[in-house]
Amino acid sequence: MIKFSDRQLKIPKMMRPVFLVTGGMSEFRRSFPEKKTEELCVDALNMAAELVDMSPAELKSYIHTAYYGHFADHFGDQLLGEAVIHDRLGLDPLGNIGIKTGGATGGSTLWEGFKAVASGYSDCVLCMGWERMDEVPTDEGNHLIASAADKDWETPLGHIYAGYYAVMAQRYWKIFGKEEDSFRQTMAAIAVKHRNYAVHNPFAHGGKRIDIDDVLESPIVAYPLRQLDCCLMSVGAACAILTDEKTAFRLCKNPLRIYVAAGSHTLRVGDRRHMEIPLLPHETMEMYKDFGERFPGGDRYPGFTGFLATRMACYYAYRMAGIQNPLEDLDLAELHDAFTISDIQSYEDCGFRPYGEGRDFVESGDCYHTNPHTGKPGRLPTNLSGGLIGCMHAVGATGIMQVVECALHLWGRHGEIHGDPKRWEAFGKTKPDDWKDLSVRGAKRSLAISHAGVGSHVTATILCHPNHLLKED
Amino acid sequence: MSQNEVLPTVEVVGRRYVLKGKFHRIVPGTPIRRRSDGKLVGITKPRDMTYIHSYGGEAPFFEALTEGRLLASRCDNPKCEFKGTVYEPFRIHCPDCLAKCTIVDITDLARETAKVHTFIITERTGAFNTLKIPIRFVNIEFDGVATILMSYMPVGTPEIGMRVVPIFRTKNPCYDITDLAFVPLGTPESDLPEGFTFGK
Repeated sequence: MIKFSDRQLKIPKMMRPVFLVTGGMSEFRRSFPEKKTEELCVDALNMAAELVDMSPAELKSYIHTAYYGHFADHFGDQLLGEAVIHDRLGLDPLGNIGIKTGGATGGSTLWEGFKAVASGYSDCVLCMGWERMDEVPTDEGNHLIASAADKDWETPLGHIYAGYYAVMAQRYWKIFGKEEDSFRQTMAAIAVKHRNYAVHNPFAHGGKRIDIDDVLESPIVAYPLRQLDCCLMSVGAACAILTDEKTAFRLCKNPLRIYVAAGSHTLRVGDRRHMEIPLLPHETMEMYKDFGERFPGGDRYPGFTGFLATRMACYYAYRMAGIQNPLEDLDLAELHDAFTISDIQSYEDCGFRPYGEGRDFVESGDCYHTNPHTGKPGRLPTNLSGGLIGCMHAVGATGIMQVVECALHLWGRHGEIHGDPKRWEAFGKTKPDDWKDLSVRGAKRSLAISHAGVGSHVTATILCHPNHLLKED
Repeated sequence: MSQNEVLPTVEVVGRRYVLKGKFHRIVPGTPIRRRSDGKLVGITKPRDMTYIHSYGGEAPFFEALTEGRLLASRCDNPKCEFKGTVYEPFRIHCPDCLAKCTIVDITDLARETAKVHTFIITERTGAFNTLKIPIRFVNIEFDGVATILMSYMPVGTPEIGMRVVPIFRTKNPCYDITDLAFVPLGTPESDLPEGFTFGK
């Protein structure tokens, strides 16, 4: 649709507050030849129990229903994978459900768990996401991912997702990047930032000490995208425990308020008809009155350059949480950097910059842990985990990984968990001698964007320290 | 599939599918061992299975490609707020009012107005790809059509805004979206890939 009724723009109002109490992740790797998926899920749940000083059995005794996110049954050649995992976690016969929304699966899994607690159906839920991308070779994996495009109108064209996303990147590159070298450098800077941050993350498998030249010299995938502009393919699991208020303060000293909202758009990008921009609280139509003149060819919205799904998810989520201006009200974010250009697109959809000006979020230094121009903390650091480019993209787990990473900052435990030499050793890695604590000190609120492919589904998850709420319930 | 095996086929008789031939083959898996010590780690699982897929209300579009015609759809519901909107890709129902769309032939419109909206050139493909590498993906806009069609350009190098014309695999068609492609305006027929023509 291109016009909304008032009912469709209703800001969700939950029946009671929902809290994130703990979370966990397995290590992430390109392949895990010697571990079954269930083992990775157990690793994630074990970590969640450890973080709140409980035994797994104790933590499990609180769980009432379970929400399982796994994007591609085909990859694991296992339908009803949720039944297998639920059994292996020993949670049967509690109710559970499988959730799949492509790359947004992790966030959608949290969305379902969030609604279950808010409604009063459950006081405590498990949200667990996983993916295996190593049970088929790369070519076959490309075909399976391409099957998440329209199977009659897109998939037969190349059986490769790059063909469906990269055309968006091309248009952004030409219209907003203006094919400038400086823009190409800005794209590369994102890859450099995320790969280098991942070096300090024991869970990550894409950490690399690279510079801009490394990105610009990496093999072309689909011009202008090079290999180092693109995200990883990974295997792993991540989980979160969401509860009501009473259970939250029983399980954890500092549970976090959580809000999750969702948006969507057509699967085929070409089907996206021109429409008015849904505005975020800090935006006005005035900002975009001469948009087509400033950016010739860019006047079709969202066209091939905006993700309306992200914009809709933020439209609802910001208003649910009372966010007026994300740059002022958020302290960190984890965005879906499937490609460097899609990261830039997301800055605009999330309102960190107006449409067309996303590059400034990087060039100003705002997105860094430490602003390289000023040496001071970045205004809104993003993807300190390394994101999808540096840390992982095990599709069903990614959206949950992002939220767990954000939570670690808000709990003040990011340094403790990422810096623990025993964890590095358990993952068969060596903690770098120059390991950096990438904590955002005093962080109170965060945003995570979980996103499917070309933006068919997106969720926005906001975490907020309960003493720093922006909106009364 | 060995030379002696017949490709599986399906016909529709009345409301039923009538199947002929083998729709799966059983191929044994092989053990996956760790090279260092020969320990068993897993097993390969070959899969050879044929789906039966219905085009449903979109079948006219795919049939028309084999005849050298490009069909689109238009909502003609007088009660629809967006009456008159033309869609390519073809849609069975209007996404606004859900009424069945009218099928419209836009072959001439495509010849006269088709332009490249965006494109990508890639050497990378996935399993089962049949297009020649590098693939030049193109997304095509047409005057007066609300949406944009994904396709490929087997001849020439795309640019945003380039005028293009449709070509159709009218000889030995595959009966899928690869029977349609676009080439730069002015491309001679002799340059078209095998089996393709400029259509009706």
